Amino acid sequence: MKLKVAAAPHLRSKDSVRAVMVDVLIALIPSVIVSTWVFGLRALWIMLYTMVLAEVMELFIMKVLRKQKDFKPDGSASVTGLLLAMNLSLAVNWWQILIGTFAAIVLGKHVYGGLGKNVFNPALVGRVFMLISFPVAMTTWYRPFYYKFDTITTATPLAILKEKGVESLTNWSDYSINLKSLFVGTIPGSIGEVSALALLIGFIYLVVRGRIKIWIPVTYISTVFVIASIFYIIDPTKYASPLFHLFAGGLMLGALFMATDMVTSPMTVKGQVIFGLGLGLITMIIRLFGGYPEGVSFSILIMNALVPLIDIYAKPRIFGTTRGGNK
Amino acid sequence: MALLTFKGGVHPPEKKELAEHKEIKVLPLPEKVYIYTTNHIGAPAKILVEPGQKVKTGQKIGEANGFISANIHSSVTGEVVEITKMTNAATGTKNDVIVIQRTGEDEWELIPNHGDYSKKSPQEIVDIVKEAGIVGLGGAMFPSHVKMSIPEGKKAEYLIINAAECEPYITIDHRMMLERSKEIVTGIKIIMHATGVKKAYIGIESNKPDAIEKMKEAVSGEPIEVKVLKTKYPQGAEKQLIYAITKKEVPSGGLPLDVGAIVFNVSTTYAIYEAVEKGKPLVERGITLTGEGVINPGNFIYRIGTLAKDLLDHVGLVEEDKIDRILYGGPMMGIPLPNIELPTFKGNNALTVMTKEVAPDKELFPCIRCSKCVQVCPINLMPYLLKMQVEKREYDKALEYGLMDCIECGSCSYACPAGIELVKTFKTGKKVARALKGRAKK
Repeated sequence: MKLKVAAAPHLRSKDSVRAVMVDVLIALIPSVIVSTWVFGLRALWIMLYTMVLAEVMELFIMKVLRKQKDFKPDGSASVTGLLLAMNLSLAVNWWQILIGTFAAIVLGKHVYGGLGKNVFNPALVGRVFMLISFPVAMTTWYRPFYYKFDTITTATPLAILKEKGVESLTNWSDYSINLKSLFVGTIPGSIGEVSALALLIGFIYLVVRGRIKIWIPVTYISTVFVIASIFYIIDPTKYASPLFHLFAGGLMLGALFMATDMVTSPMTVKGQVIFGLGLGLITMIIRLFGGYPEGVSFSILIMNALVPLIDIYAKPRIFGTTRGGNK
Repeated sequence: MALLTFKGGVHPPEKKELAEHKEIKVLPLPEKVYIYTTNHIGAPAKILVEPGQKVKTGQKIGEANGFISANIHSSVTGEVVEITKMTNAATGTKNDVIVIQRTGEDEWELIPNHGDYSKKSPQEIVDIVKEAGIVGLGGAMFPSHVKMSIPEGKKAEYLIINAAECEPYITIDHRMMLERSKEIVTGIKIIMHATGVKKAYIGIESNKPDAIEKMKEAVSGEPIEVKVLKTKYPQGAEKQLIYAITKKEVPSGGLPLDVGAIVFNVSTTYAIYEAVEKGKPLVERGITLTGEGVINPGNFIYRIGTLAKDLLDHVGLVEEDKIDRILYGGPMMGIPLPNIELPTFKGNNALTVMTKEVAPDKELFPCIRCSKCVQVCPINLMPYLLKMQVEKREYDKALEYGLMDCIECGSCSYACPAGIELVKTFKTGKKVARALKGRAKK
């Protein structure tokens, strides 16, 4: 009888990295649907195009450059591609997306050694690369539901807040903006960031499946809420309401799907809380005082860089050691 | 009432249904037994017999050699035919083995001075346990008499009986509690008498409601309490069990006694009862022969030193090409056998025959830092980080991050979606770190 001598444990969970990635993609389906509903088929094409591009680039790198002949796609490139597309304006064209995807997959991921080794969220690397390279296309926003006719460009709620101040939000003639439209997503913005509702549905799916570092969005969103509330209480005529800050811009997309990227976020609960606090703080500093309307992307990239330090600082107390950590 | 537990852990498929309703059967005597001189943790026993010598069942054939060591006894009546070396799956090294050919039915040689425990002094009980060669039968094989000798300056406050049986597949402790509850309770009282402990707890996982009922009945009127534990792996790990029941943490690098606890496994308790009351040395024990590769899984009493092959003959195996691996123990911490011509030892509580279907190779991915390993580690380690440190040979760092605190339960490897063999790295890392430490001392 030929017996296998392998290391314990001899039972393994059926879980796999591919299953994790598939779950993330499933969680994004509601947002894909809402984005297509709000912005039309062009949004859907951009999302599919970016995903395919990302997978093709990854396959090329793994099979041709890294010579891993048996490499099978794990789905991580599709996740990066989809998240990148969701962070784009409808105004970008095919070759801009090509360059952005290249930045995400190659500069954001493979220069570090590939899956699991990157420091920064690859989709955000791609996005910021495009924001700097193609600022006009990346900040040209289309009106919701105008896809049947000629598209009319407009500004996002956060950009309006930045340029025209808080009073413009209440009687915004350009487009009706209220909490309901912010929540459901019938507002101008990046393809996937508009609907807080759809993103939350996906988030709940990930929580149920145990796929998400839950303390990151919880602390991130609470921190933004608290800071926004403080300023709103001080001067509601100058600062927007905390609910506006939660649902406008990319906070929901960033907090639920970008900051929670497993590879680039802390491993311990304590670390995740610190990470979330830092994200909230930086986001609000940029939103309130920065020259750029929204701070989600930058705050995540900045905090990504701190993750190795946070992980070491926030290591849990080993069972059987005193709270100080000495044995 | 909320179930008692600890933080972390995993919930692998239990697979207890294969054997949990099978009554314990006593297996026929084996034709030949192979008894290791290292049937315990510590120094090998000193061999007392030579080839050609006739021995009786229960006759001492090896004597404890040092403080942490244990006696070994012949498990059949027959003749010593050979003293040779065989691979010991538990230690991975070649150990001396005394081979005894059975010549007839049992002729017992019992321990002198056994009988009613309540009339004996604690020291007399410890002496009987030592004479009987009893070691921890949950798998650790630590000599029981050493555990029962409380060092000066220390005090044992609780006795905890480990009846969690958290390993998948294994059901022998469960059956022992159902079928031998009175004897187990007597065993507990013997240990309490010998150690001066006033209070005992029996920790049983919630997935064994019948055993919980049975033991509750058996302990009524005694200062012994049944505690229901959450069904979760590794609930039966010593430190996790003590924590679940007392909420005390055994200090890193310390012993249960440091928090006033001593822990005995159910089957060990039964062996202590048999030694003290019946005068029987440890020559037989219970085992679960199970797994998808076994045709008639069940629970059995067998003679220590029986070859794995002879045990498995009693239950039958499925076609060879379906069998993937055979384990001493369960799937989480079990030791894989290189072949089945190997003898069993005192710590064997199960032989699990796994088929290729249930133990498929897992596809490997890079670590995506999903933090599952951190969430499930019952010791609060950061397995992904430790693995990097060990692989980079940063042993000082790894030690600082708790390498030696790892209890090798395998929860991290079980849970890892990337299929990374974390605990394997730690086992090797611990060996290297110990060797380096030894070298530094010289």
